[in-house]
Amino acid sequence: MAHAETAHAPPVEVEEATTTGINHRKLLMWVFLGSDCLFFGSLIATYMVYRGQSIVGPYPADIVDVPITTISTFVLLMSSFSMVMAVAAARSGNQKRLIQWLLVTIVMGCGFIGFQVYEFNAFRVEGLRYETNLFSSSFYTLTGFHGAHVTLGIFWLICITIIAARNPAGRPSGLDVDIAGLYWHFVDIVWIVIFTLLYLIGGFDAGPDAGHAAVQGWNWVTGLVS
Amino acid sequence: MVTITGVIPRPTTYSGLWGWLTTVDHKRIGALYGVTAFFFFMVGGIEAGIMRLQLAQADSDLVSAEWFNAMFTMHGTTMIFLVIMPFGATFFNFLIPLMIGARDVAFPRLNAFSYWTFLFGALLMHVGFIIGQVPDAGWFSYANLTAAPFSVGKGLDIWALSLQVLGVASLAAGFNFVVTIINMRAPGMTLMRMPVFVWMTLVTSILLVLAFPIITVALIELTADRQFGANFFNVAAGGDPILWQHLFWLFGHPEVYILILPAMGIVSEVIPTFSRKPLFGYPVIIFSGIVIAIMSWAVWSHHMFTVGLGPIANSVFTITTMLIAVPTGVKIFNWIGTMWQGSIDLRTPMLMAIGFVALFIVGGLSGVSHAVSPSDFQQQDTYYIVAHIHYVLFGGAIFGIFAGIYYWYPKITGRMYNELLGKIHFWLMFVGMNLTFFPMHYAGLNGMPRRIYTYSEGFGWEGMNLLATAGFFVLVIGTLVFMHNFLRSVKKGEPAGHDPWDAPTLEWSISSPPPVYNFAEVPQVKGQDDYWITKRQAAARGETVPAEPHIDPSTVHLPSPSYWPLVAAFGTVWIAGGLLIDFGWDYIRFPLSFVGGLIAIIGVIGWSNEPPAAEHDDAGHH
Repeated sequence: MAHAETAHAPPVEVEEATTTGINHRKLLMWVFLGSDCLFFGSLIATYMVYRGQSIVGPYPADIVDVPITTISTFVLLMSSFSMVMAVAAARSGNQKRLIQWLLVTIVMGCGFIGFQVYEFNAFRVEGLRYETNLFSSSFYTLTGFHGAHVTLGIFWLICITIIAARNPAGRPSGLDVDIAGLYWHFVDIVWIVIFTLLYLIGGFDAGPDAGHAAVQGWNWVTGLVS
Repeated sequence: MVTITGVIPRPTTYSGLWGWLTTVDHKRIGALYGVTAFFFFMVGGIEAGIMRLQLAQADSDLVSAEWFNAMFTMHGTTMIFLVIMPFGATFFNFLIPLMIGARDVAFPRLNAFSYWTFLFGALLMHVGFIIGQVPDAGWFSYANLTAAPFSVGKGLDIWALSLQVLGVASLAAGFNFVVTIINMRAPGMTLMRMPVFVWMTLVTSILLVLAFPIITVALIELTADRQFGANFFNVAAGGDPILWQHLFWLFGHPEVYILILPAMGIVSEVIPTFSRKPLFGYPVIIFSGIVIAIMSWAVWSHHMFTVGLGPIANSVFTITTMLIAVPTGVKIFNWIGTMWQGSIDLRTPMLMAIGFVALFIVGGLSGVSHAVSPSDFQQQDTYYIVAHIHYVLFGGAIFGIFAGIYYWYPKITGRMYNELLGKIHFWLMFVGMNLTFFPMHYAGLNGMPRRIYTYSEGFGWEGMNLLATAGFFVLVIGTLVFMHNFLRSVKKGEPAGHDPWDAPTLEWSISSPPPVYNFAEVPQVKGQDDYWITKRQAAARGETVPAEPHIDPSTVHLPSPSYWPLVAAFGTVWIAGGLLIDFGWDYIRFPLSFVGGLIAIIGVIGWSNEPPAAEHDDAGHH
């Protein structure tokens, strides 16, 4: 394109034709999420390898608060719903509704992070510091990196909200919101795995005195029967 | 172009230092990768030379044990992460857009970010030489040798943090090339018409984006242990050092295919061209590359046979490791089948490619011999392993890389290298390589452990070590010949023309060196080996195919240069670098690291707010 032709064009990138028809940035996000699976997979594997291996307390059963985390999990999963609504609003070009749903998503994301800050602080007060035992090191690293992902997503959504508020005509595009949505849903899905493994299954692990987790489970079952 | 207030305009110069610092042109970034990789090839070579001089005779005291440890650690780390991988990136950058008929990569600024992050990470890795605390735990830095009480000083912190930075660079490049190859092919370039080098780049990039997160986590855990008192590899707290080995090799085995698959791709381009025959079994070569990539995830514990994982684990990994030799062997038969009854032209690239095939077979065979876990018990941690890794990485990857350098030299520089000097270089390399590494098989089977800084007389290792050291000097002479040939021919070589080899791929259809816009017209791909088809159709009409004529570059829309990748890369490395600084006060590292984070954020914000193109640039006026 000659400069004369572009001189009065608006500063919006023209979407290029691609081989697959999928936008470059969207494909990049999919590849990144594939990569991120291995990142969280390795952190989760570390946690599972060290599950029940700590030799000093506090152990998960002593401090993990499953009911409270269930609430924060519910908040995070509902934010996926509001994210879907935001993407739908962006696609249909409804700028006002887009901003509303983005704000709802941001508030719920912040709510989740608030729960995490509360939880980390409560754990610290009860004596579980980063260097305390294997449980603390692997727990804080895994959930900490998940929290960092959520925080990054919140900043991303704030940026999109600001852009949307400043440009009533057409920006951000449906694609911009869609890509942020992909990331947001991925982070939620990872949390489902973390919540299941670290809270619903691992949250009741007691120390070595209480025996292996499988033994505890068996004792619990036999307790029911007898 | 509408100016957005408060936004820094994009740079407009394409020449001089700023032109190079702000470039987003894939060909220039490729050149930067190549020069950097060759520089570190010499650094790693000097480190190897120090080790060879030390080991040339028994009871040598040329260097201390500590310095020897630093040398083998830095030699391995440098050659793998700062030489072979960036040489791969050199070819990816220069060739992929040309081979698929694209104007640039999918994300030109991300590409520049990859290079600068790589360069800064490579420099950070060498900070230890300035402060006198060099990483010294080996290139795979086994826990818990790396724990703070056993590795005092900052050497291991430097190693872990700069490897983390290099990982960011590799990941960014991996994302970029996956998207570029999947999404930017010229019309008609279906997946099964892509040149094999493009296929191997795609496979390598997918391995990169999947394998690097694992080493990222391993390094996070190591850094957390060393810097923040975590317990991941702390045995006293119940931690398991074997976890490091699993994480490292789960990354590390795909990594060795990340190192070798680009070379296999290069060889798959060179051999058909100089055999005057299409590649034998094109789909089989591609599928075996894919199978290697998938199976590379199921063989990692063959690095850990002597750890004591038990007979079942050892048997399973013995079998999977033997199985992965099958697709590799398939490729070798395909290359030989391509040469079979071909009209072979023994130019330097072809010699290097044949050298690759021959030496890789030797390395592959010794590899199969320690795939057998009982046999591996005899070989573990001996010079036999050192011989094996150098046959596959020097005889394999480096020979493949040199084949590529000679093959595309006319395309990249527009001039021919000196053929006689090229052949001398090949023979010096081939002889020197075998002289250096073949005796190590014997030394290893005679029980010489790897990584010992000296040995006593009487074990029967002296002769083999002296031969290896002599071989090193043959390699040095060969490398000097190459450098002389390379530098001299850039200025004084014969003009190459656009297609000196009568090659089959698209990059040869445009002038040498390629114009900044690559293709004036988007090519329409008719089939596999498309440029051969074009030339054959023209020959049937009694015509020859000239290089695509040049057009005025200012009529082509190209990505503008940008400052921001450089800023973001600097911030990224400073996040890691800041953690290494204490000035005698331990807590200063956190604010310093935070400053790096701020710089990176500023870089990213500037990046995303940058206007799509410069207002006026001098494209085409240089």
